[in-house]
Formats: sequence, C-alpha cells, structure tokens
Amino acid sequence: MREELIISGRMNPMVDPNLNIWHWQIPTYLFLGGIAAGILFFASLYYIMGREKKYTAAIKWAPLLTPFLLALGLGALFLDLNHKAFFWQLYLTIRFESPMSWGAWILMIITPLSVIWSATWLKELFPGWKWKYPILDQWEAYFIKHRFIIAWIMLIASVILGVYTGILLSAFNARPLWNTSILGPLFFASSLSTGAAVIMFMAKSHLERNIFSRIDLIMIAIELFLIVHMFMGFQASTQVQIDAANMFLGGPYTEVFWIFVVFIGLLLPAFLEVLELLGYKIPIVLTSALVLTGGLFLRFIIVYAGQASRYLY
Amino acid sequence: MRFAMAIDTRKCVGCSDCVVACQTENYVPIGYCRDWVVEVNDGTYPQLEMEIRSERCNHCTNSPCVRCCPTGASHYDYGGTVLVTPHKCIGCGACIASCPYDARYTHPKGYVDKCTFCVHRVKEGLPPACVAVCPTKCLYFGDTDDPRSEISQVLKKRKFKRLIPEAGTDPNLYFLI
Repeated sequence: MREELIISGRMNPMVDPNLNIWHWQIPTYLFLGGIAAGILFFASLYYIMGREKKYTAAIKWAPLLTPFLLALGLGALFLDLNHKAFFWQLYLTIRFESPMSWGAWILMIITPLSVIWSATWLKELFPGWKWKYPILDQWEAYFIKHRFIIAWIMLIASVILGVYTGILLSAFNARPLWNTSILGPLFFASSLSTGAAVIMFMAKSHLERNIFSRIDLIMIAIELFLIVHMFMGFQASTQVQIDAANMFLGGPYTEVFWIFVVFIGLLLPAFLEVLELLGYKIPIVLTSALVLTGGLFLRFIIVYAGQASRYLY
Repeated sequence: MRFAMAIDTRKCVGCSDCVVACQTENYVPIGYCRDWVVEVNDGTYPQLEMEIRSERCNHCTNSPCVRCCPTGASHYDYGGTVLVTPHKCIGCGACIASCPYDARYTHPKGYVDKCTFCVHRVKEGLPPACVAVCPTKCLYFGDTDDPRSEISQVLKKRKFKRLIPEAGTDPNLYFLI
C-alpha cells in the first residue's frame, strides 16, 4: 500500500484538494464561441461556394446571432479573470506558444468580422432598414463590395476559433485528460455540429433544413468516432492517462458523460435525424435542442473532469 | 547560472519550518502556502518505508506555466527562476492549470503567486528563507552550472530523483534518496 499525504496542510483555495480554478465561465465561453465558429464557418463556406440564394439561413440569418454569442462568450471570459483591471495586457503582446493568447487575438479578429458580416445583410433581411448616418451607407457599400475577401478571412478565423477551443485545453500536459490532440478536432466537430443545429432550426426552406440535418449527422458520426478514439488512445497510454480515461469508464463522470453527452447529445439526435431523412415528421426544435445540450455538457464535463485529473498525490 | 534546490529526504523530518519561514518572509496571505511537506508511506507493517519531501515550485527549465501565459507575466528571471510580474498578470488561471506540481495559487489580490526561490534574498547573497531556517540542514540551494557549488557537489555524491520528469518540464528540485 502506498499513501502520499501533504502533512504541512497545504490548502490553497481553488487548487486544493482538487484543482478548481476554472468554473462555469470557461465551458460557457467554449460552448458559445463554438456555436459562433460553426455558424460563421458555414456562412463563409457556402457564400464562397456561391450558395447565397439557396442557404439563406446559414449565410444571412444565423450569423445575426454570432455577435451576441461572441459578446456573451467574451463577457464570460472576462468574468473568469481574477485580475480584471489588467485584462488589456492580453493585447500588448502576441505569444505564439500560448493558446490563450491566440484565442484572445482571434476573437479580436472574428468579433468585428461577425458584426460587419451581419450588418451587410440587414437591408436585405429587413426591407425597411435604414442606417442613421450616411457614412454607414458608404461603409456598407464598401464591405458588400469586398464580401468575398471577408468570407475568406472569416472562414480561416472560424476554423482557428473552433479548433483553438480544444487546443486551449490540450496544451496543458499537467492535466492528463486534456493532454490529447484529439480535443482540437473533437471540439471543432462539436462546434460545426452545434452551428449546424442552430442553422437547421432557423432554416425556412425544407431543402436547407435537410442539408444541415445531414451535415449534423456526419458531424455526430465524426464526434462519436473521435470520442472512441480518444478513450482508446488513453487506454494505450501512460498510467495517468489510463486513470483519466477511467473517470469516464466506471469513475465519477461515467453516467453524466455517457447519458448526457453520448446518448442525449449524439445518439438521440442522430436517430431523430435519420428518421427525418426517412420521411417521418420530427419537430426540428427537439433535434436542435438535443444537439446543443450535448455540446454544452461536453464542454462542462471535459473542463471539470480535466481539472480532477492529475499526476501527483 | 542555473539555480536549483536539493532536498535530502533522508534528513528531512517534516517539521514544516520551511513552510512557516516562507510564509513569514514573503508575506504569504493566511491560508496559502508556497511550499509544503509531503509524506509518503509505502508497504504494510512491518515492511514499511517512509519518505518525507519538502516541495515547492520546481522552477522548471521547460516551464509549462511560462509557455501558456498569454501576457508574458510568467517569465524566466535571474538564474533561471520562474517568476510572475503582478501588474502583467490577468489572473486567467492558465498557468495554475498547466502546473503538474500545483505550485501556484491566485493571490487574494487577483494575480498569480508562487515560490520565487527568495530571489530578493539570493541577490543579496543570502539563502532562501526555507533553506536558512531548516533545522536539519536538509535543503541545499545553489547554482548547478557551477561545478564547485555545494549543490553540484552533493548531486555528484548522492543519488537523487526528480518529480514527474515525464511531464516534460525539466524540473530543478532534486530529491536526494
């Protein structure tokens, strides 16, 4: 028997007995940022592919949400900081080694782009829309002229944003559960899936709803593959990673993960989407809500469980 | 110059004097600590083995906390020590999550705080507070780049281990065994 004890009574708040430095703010931000990345990815991709008329929800309606999603996410991130008055230090430097620095800068790029993108469609979506100042009309004309370039920048930025939410965690080798490069693709797939779920819900035409339902189905399949792959990788790795995997395979996170993420968030909506494709009438709000719930739970569980996985003591 | 510390686990009695000395010297807020003592008990009676370790920040040569800091508040300083600049720290917690030794904490004022190897004392030629008070003289502090320093000599003579070097941090605390 081996027992390791801290006999001098270390009890640093938020570090002992278990790391608890990140609370609801980080997973909430990862979730909201993920949805925004997903929506903007599809919006720019299909705009570049010239599907403007076909996919109005993806290109025009859903992006209207993204400035608000990003603003809420940024607000959550700000609340997470413990030394709030110094937040501007993030923007005095670029540190390529630090995923958080990447994230701060990519948000600085994609948030204004999401506002510009949404603003350029307002006149089309709301025929009575008028800008208060004439200079805004000039800007609008300018941005509409360069929509193609904006779409390309947004496409790349949205991929970075989607992947970075996973990389942020996987860069921490101190937390064995997070320390897997699968988290990047997994969180990106989840971003695309939740983004597609929002678009699917907002789509007015049957065709668009059908296409995004299929995209979502593919993303769910990829997520399931990556989840299985992640646990296989852990089981074949070092003891700390085997322990990390065991938190989900019989440990404290087993029920909540397999029921809320895998069953309610992935298998059930996939089943409903298949039924829909076979011609059954399924309320779309149900499928979308399930996918979003799954995405939210995935972020929360990974962030909390990761803090419980460790090397020492 | 490469500052490091060696802890003689055969001499340490776990009195926690190092912990109190650090708290006093560095005005560590009540309820927090920058160093701590770990006792490891191995085996079953009567085949028992015990090891006592005084632990603190490893001032890693390849520090994950410096790598992940988005503002550069966590940085390498004098003699390879890893320090935090409070007015650059935003308190995001990334370095705390990145430390496999859990050596960092958030100061009640909001910034992240940790062991400094008492660099303010070292610059004046004094040993760190924990080393100065240790009643069994089980702590050695010095420059491992200098082959004549006491710590280099003791590391040459004694067997030692480092904590979780597999985390890729290249730690600078040596536990003499």
